[in-house]
Amino acid sequence: MKFGVVRFPGSCDEVDALMACRRFADADLLWHGDRDLSGVDAVVVPGGFSYGDYLRVGAIARFSPLMESVIEFARDGGPVLGICNGFQVLCEAGLLPGALLPNDSLRFVCRQVDVIVENPGTPFTRTCEEGDSLSIPVKHTTGRYYAPPGILPEDQVVLRYARGHNPNGSMDDVAGVCNEHGNVMGLMPHPEHAVDPLTGSADGGRLFESLAMVPA
Amino acid sequence: MLIRPKKGILDPQGQAVERALPALGFDGVANVHVGRLIELDVEDPSQVPQMCERLLANPLIEDYEVVEVTAA
Repeated sequence: MKFGVVRFPGSCDEVDALMACRRFADADLLWHGDRDLSGVDAVVVPGGFSYGDYLRVGAIARFSPLMESVIEFARDGGPVLGICNGFQVLCEAGLLPGALLPNDSLRFVCRQVDVIVENPGTPFTRTCEEGDSLSIPVKHTTGRYYAPPGILPEDQVVLRYARGHNPNGSMDDVAGVCNEHGNVMGLMPHPEHAVDPLTGSADGGRLFESLAMVPA
Repeated sequence: MLIRPKKGILDPQGQAVERALPALGFDGVANVHVGRLIELDVEDPSQVPQMCERLLANPLIEDYEVVEVTAA
């Protein structure tokens, strides 16, 4: 089982994501300008500021050569995890419902939050039980999740911020969502920064561990 | 292209500006919204709505309006 972690110009969390993946399986970086996914079994689109986030977060990265291949991979059922900026890119690509707007506070937030597993039936949460609380950091300015009425069924809400932990004004406390088929997931918190008790929590590792159980 | 946050979606940037104006003595200000202006030269203006739909705006969260100005 091998992960591919996308590196765009402006990515900044791809190495942490790579290290998180390598705790559970093989992993390599994928360059944004390539089209070849190198036979990986799962793709992680990491956090950062892809292509400077010019115009709108994730808007330009979505059209990179590699993303065209990632979109095809996702449409064929391949598992794709988008973290923070990666979540924004997947929304812009139309792989996930909704969009991310500036935080209601208009401020950058960087803090540890608790998120609750709402749907343990995805390839990303299969090591979790419904209602499990995961302690994972958020760090973003544009993380307010919004979906127009009727486009986000409840079973596509994978993670919610625990009561009182919503850091950005996200609709219905939504922290992470998946697509209709469950093979694409995005979340604003950074599970790759929570894989070692040394830094406060290893709860984020459970998402990578879940994905690593995907048959190679 | 004038790109605006869709009506009904919280616009904290507009709200912040709306609160700042009375502090400077400008009263009677309401419904402040902050959007974007994109200017470009284009040979075939019929392409512009597609440009907005696919890249320049996100139709889930933004409305756009195309204003055409013919070069003098």
